[in-house]
Amino acid sequence: MPTLTVNGRRVTVDSDATLLDAARAAGVEVPTLCQFDGLEPWGGCRLCVVDMSRANWDDDWFKVVTACNHPVEEGMMVVTDSERIIETRRVVLDLLLARCPETPLVRRWALEYGIERTSYTPNPEPDDCILCGLCTRVCDHIGVSAISSVNRGWGREIAPPFHQPPPDCIGCLACAEICPTDCIPYETSNFRRKIWGKEFEMLRDPKTGEAVITREQAEHFAERSGVPMTYFETSDRSKRREMAKTFEKLQVVK
Amino acid sequence: MRVESKEQFESLRAQSLENEANRRHQVLVCCGTGCLASGSKKVAEAFADEIAKRSIDATVDLFVKSTGCHGFCERGPLVVLNPQGILYTKVKPGRVEEIVEKTLVGGEVIPGLLYKDPVSGERVEKYEEVPFYKHQVRVAMRNIGRIDPTDILDAIAHGAYSGVAKALFDMTPHEVIGEVATSGQRGRGGAGFNTARKWQSCKDAPGEKCFVLCNGDEGDPGAFKDRSIMEGDPHSVLEGMIIGAYAVRAHEGWIYVRDEYPLAVVNLTIAIREARKYGLLGDNIMGSGFDFDIKISRGGGAFVCGESSALMRSLEGKTGEPRAKYVHSTEKGLFDLPTVLNNVETWAGIGAIIERGGAWFASMGTERSKGTKAFSLVGKVKNTGLVELPMGTNLRHIIYDIGGGILKDRPFKAVQTGGPSGGCVPEELLDLPVDYEELTKAGSMMGSGGMIVMDDRTCMVDVSRFFLAFLEEESCGKCTPCREGLKQMLHLYDRIIAGKGVDGDIALIERLAAGMQLGSLCELGKSAPNPVLSTLRYFRSEYEAHISDHACPAGVCRELTAFEIIEDKCDGCHLCFKACPVDAITGVVKELHVIDHDACISCGACLDVCPTNAVRTFPKVELKKAEVV
Repeated sequence: MPTLTVNGRRVTVDSDATLLDAARAAGVEVPTLCQFDGLEPWGGCRLCVVDMSRANWDDDWFKVVTACNHPVEEGMMVVTDSERIIETRRVVLDLLLARCPETPLVRRWALEYGIERTSYTPNPEPDDCILCGLCTRVCDHIGVSAISSVNRGWGREIAPPFHQPPPDCIGCLACAEICPTDCIPYETSNFRRKIWGKEFEMLRDPKTGEAVITREQAEHFAERSGVPMTYFETSDRSKRREMAKTFEKLQVVK
Repeated sequence: MRVESKEQFESLRAQSLENEANRRHQVLVCCGTGCLASGSKKVAEAFADEIAKRSIDATVDLFVKSTGCHGFCERGPLVVLNPQGILYTKVKPGRVEEIVEKTLVGGEVIPGLLYKDPVSGERVEKYEEVPFYKHQVRVAMRNIGRIDPTDILDAIAHGAYSGVAKALFDMTPHEVIGEVATSGQRGRGGAGFNTARKWQSCKDAPGEKCFVLCNGDEGDPGAFKDRSIMEGDPHSVLEGMIIGAYAVRAHEGWIYVRDEYPLAVVNLTIAIREARKYGLLGDNIMGSGFDFDIKISRGGGAFVCGESSALMRSLEGKTGEPRAKYVHSTEKGLFDLPTVLNNVETWAGIGAIIERGGAWFASMGTERSKGTKAFSLVGKVKNTGLVELPMGTNLRHIIYDIGGGILKDRPFKAVQTGGPSGGCVPEELLDLPVDYEELTKAGSMMGSGGMIVMDDRTCMVDVSRFFLAFLEEESCGKCTPCREGLKQMLHLYDRIIAGKGVDGDIALIERLAAGMQLGSLCELGKSAPNPVLSTLRYFRSEYEAHISDHACPAGVCRELTAFEIIEDKCDGCHLCFKACPVDAITGVVKELHVIDHDACISCGACLDVCPTNAVRTFPKVELKKAEVV
């Protein structure tokens, strides 16, 4: 278990931890926008940059790296608030604010770094997408890959193939729920769900009539996990009821 | 015939050499992309026809080779007649009969087709005597223009695969790496990482399986050295890769070729097929027991795929985007397995290093940059084309002795090296010895070896904008600083060029540049501010003139520049009248011509055609001031 210092505080972490984990363990906040525990680090937003020096480097020699994906090493020194780190984050946030001048999350972080208004030319047609890639990565992670990023550079956007309702989408809403700026619209009711222009019918609990998940999602998980379809058709309330009955029986036995 | 042993390979080589020597005459027609574009295929066909027609004449035994790029692209189509080594430039099919008649049969040189040295004004007869070639030292490009890239026996006669034979039969993998280490060769793709160290760390990486890759995704504007090597001598690339694979014990390799290089793909494909046929590639190479095969992968048209991690993602069939990882690809590269990725030029030099020894290679160059380096010399120089020189050669020698000086003998202003992410080196640094460290110190970089020479009619703000626009188009958009930063940088430049720059713009540019350098994910974004910072460093006053005086000192930026004809100098040749696309010039032959400022769009066409330098530029603001008065 390597020991390192973050802003002068000593901290010991698992050998497969990242610098971000180490910073958190040391109680130091490092801003992130594209990081999500459980997904492989992506290193896209560049907000989590920190200064890092290896044990065998000269004391004053630091390298700027992203904390989210940099592995820890024994004796490393991490500085999260050096002048150049703050300035780099400020440039990143200033730029993001130009893309998304109205987005609360971006405005909040920008303000935190002293930026009220962007120094650059604001996006004439702003939306809330900060291109953090969390939606496409969670979709890949689930094994669906219904959406992806299209185009490159400034014209990059998140979209289903050919901007058509994605045939592979299972309507699980993972993309919408992981989105840090809530910019993926969807509709869901007891009967129907709609996301990315694709409509889904909801599976309903045969006993309570409640909507559980979409048929496509249930089939996808049933196929991958080997758990029978009936499990996915059962609502949480039904599951609780069943559980309660089991407990009643247990008490009788006693 | 499959080569089954070292002895068989040597006899194949001896046989090929003998066949070569038996040919009394040889006509080499350059069929590189540059010459093909100027019609060299027709010239080659005309030679073949003409020679066939005269086959009755037993004393003339001829042979037409379609050779790869000689590097002197501006003078194409190029023809070299051996054994005399006569070079004819700008050969048209219509003159082939005359060449065959006079030079091949009669042994007489046709002066009109010879290259005329723009410096001395003299006609040069021999290929090696042309200043453009005379000063060069060719290692990676050793056989380009000398061999037919589609004929493996020709390549073998000129030494191809001898390095493979030596490495496989006389050396251990350890010794191969040792020899490369002695050579001190550093990666020719631009970053300049030590080749031997890269191989060693791949060899040391745990795991049985590893790969060797060749980066042929050359995408810099104005760079074409890798293309010429792949087109002109694909065997040198295969040879280097086989040796490298032997050193790290890889059995599979890929060449990632830019899809806009169709001839490179064709010639590489032929070379691979031929090499397999002769047992120089595939299972049991030359009977040595070592297996290694190469496949070609065609790039999908993204500049960023030249970046190592993006290239590997693209090869895996994923989106060609850089991956943020702090593990070297020599440990976790393609499919997360140890991988050696080297540039085309790096691989092309390996065969020569093994055959002639690392010490020979290290005897050329500077303290920290050994050997020779290929450059694509383009822009406002008299001779443009490919140049290979020992490291440490100074810029003045390259531009004036090899490039022949600036076009129309205008003053030199700057040379942009290293592609779009490189920087501009000004006149006061012309004596700079070109190597990795010196260029970096000057705020530029070695990069792909592109060299764009610029004269006084170049606006440095406009040049920076050009490279920014290229990078903005090519940024993948994965990380914030590169995606948003390039867009905003371009906005700022557009504003300055349009004369709408404000105080503080330069400071904002510098802040943004620093943020991009530190914050970007891959080298594309990190190095994107180089053209900006190097022009700010050496030509800051030009930026200031654009912003505070609303003037473009070079007279390039259209919004800021007006044109007029100087009365004393105009001889009424009427050329500007014809060149003007908007009919803004009035005047009749042999009389003074005048530009109508309201109609003029400041394109500069008149200035470019004027033979007496009678067109002058001045800031547009002066027009407005005159109106007020």
